[in-house]
Amino acid sequence: MIRTSGLTKRFGGTTAVDDLDLDVRAGDVYGFLGANGSGKTTTVRMLLGLVLATSGEIDVLGEPMPAARQSVLPRVGALVEGPGAYPYLSGRANLAAFDAAASDTSRRGRSTRIDEVLARVGLDPRDRRAVRTYSLGMRQRLGLASGLLRSPHLLVLDEPTNGLDPRGIREIRELLLSLNADGTTIFLSSHLLAEIEQMCTRVGVLDRGRLVLQDDVTALVAPTGLVVVHTPQVDWARELLGPRVESAGPGRLVVRSDDPAGVNALLVGAGISVTEIGPLRVSLEDVVLRASESA
Amino acid sequence: MIRLELISMLRRRRTWITIVMLNALPTIVAVLLALTDLGPRPGTGPPFLSAVLTDGTQYPLAALAIVLPLFLPVAVAVIAGDAIAGEAQTGTLRYLLIRPVGRTRLLVAKLVSVIAFVLIAVVIVAAVAYVEGRLLLGSGDPSGTVTSVSGTSLTQADMIQRTLLSLGYVTVMMLGVAAIALMFSTFTDTGIVAALGTVAILIASTVLLGLDAANAIQPYLPTRYWLAFVDLFRDPIRWTEVLKGLGSQAAYLVVFLGAAWANFSTKDINS
Repeated sequence: MIRTSGLTKRFGGTTAVDDLDLDVRAGDVYGFLGANGSGKTTTVRMLLGLVLATSGEIDVLGEPMPAARQSVLPRVGALVEGPGAYPYLSGRANLAAFDAAASDTSRRGRSTRIDEVLARVGLDPRDRRAVRTYSLGMRQRLGLASGLLRSPHLLVLDEPTNGLDPRGIREIRELLLSLNADGTTIFLSSHLLAEIEQMCTRVGVLDRGRLVLQDDVTALVAPTGLVVVHTPQVDWARELLGPRVESAGPGRLVVRSDDPAGVNALLVGAGISVTEIGPLRVSLEDVVLRASESA
Repeated sequence: MIRLELISMLRRRRTWITIVMLNALPTIVAVLLALTDLGPRPGTGPPFLSAVLTDGTQYPLAALAIVLPLFLPVAVAVIAGDAIAGEAQTGTLRYLLIRPVGRTRLLVAKLVSVIAFVLIAVVIVAAVAYVEGRLLLGSGDPSGTVTSVSGTSLTQADMIQRTLLSLGYVTVMMLGVAAIALMFSTFTDTGIVAALGTVAILIASTVLLGLDAANAIQPYLPTRYWLAFVDLFRDPIRWTEVLKGLGSQAAYLVVFLGAAWANFSTKDINS
């Protein structure tokens, strides 16, 4: 869906994006993570042909960008660094204007498509107010509607939940997941780890312009072969489990085992009370921070 | 895209406010002339103004001569200066380009819409001035003929034809302004900066036109041939300056639109 090789962008003396090899596969919800200023937005702009790369190649939907933009971009929906709309037009009129700006869609059926897509992102299709009266959240929804209007194969979304309240974030997340279930590949850039962790099947981590990590989420946060046990009787439990104990602290033990249930049965059988037990997982946050630090 | 630009230009309130404001000054002048009957002496003041006290039907030409040196070019500079920079400012430029609208096409659509604006504006200014002239100013020669700038008489058909020619000429004179403003508009993300840059160039041109030491460069200044439309009312029409004017605007259009295109089509869009 998206493949870049050696993608590099220099602005004057600074290198914003450095030798980037992205690989987004069909059906992915790809989380593109990075701190502010790490080059995410520049990368997104290069994928869409807004910023021209200094060197390297970009393939989107199997065709080279920006050379094939006329055939690629109609099949891509995008939200880049916040929504953009004509403030003096209504949300509907904005969508109609953008739809009419290129000639690949016809006027017939436009109104129905706009109604559908507005309802889908949670805006009232009958709302005739000018966009200048919209809240940030409503503008964000309108931007998303604009991206969805032509039923794209690929959605490129830069910080899509920016400005939304918790309920709005949840609605948009559910919308994106349902689109993905229907076959839309989603490329999502964000600096919010939690958001990526809840939605994405694959992540790429950008740090100061370089890709320091790119893998499936399940592989990154796989169980570690360790079990965490919370108990008031730490010393007793330690004696019982012997060398399998990796570390112990007040009220908490880390045990080497792939079988939390077995450990639990052993402890309870010996009369030790267990308040909490479960496999130790690394959070995506840990993985990402470690990758950024080692780079 | 061109059709869309035209519709959105016509739907914008700014377009119509600008046109109303363009009409304000000629209206004030007409009222003052009607109240005081004090016209400029022949050969002084804006062209045609001395004639309108006796013949109000010539007032459209006087009105054009009133708005041409400053009001019209400022309006064109504001609208053309906002063309690309304004889209950048509202964040719509990036969405148009990924729609995708070709960059060259967007530039051409903007230019066409500016030209359409100029044409609509001058036609409205002329029409309003015609009504004002008939209502407020002199009724002219009862035979319907008009005295040309050269002193001979022109028939009404002649006058209509030449007035249409002059509306076209004035529109063409604004092409250079539009091209300069469009070029600035591709360099900045603030429409007002592009408009002011353009106005600065026009003021500089006007200043240099009044300076004898600048004789050598005067033929190349953008405002040099603007008022040559007066020559269309000589008998016979004196074409030299008119043709030079058309040529110089064509040159300005090619050079500045070329620069706008060269910059815009290779530019990183970071707005």
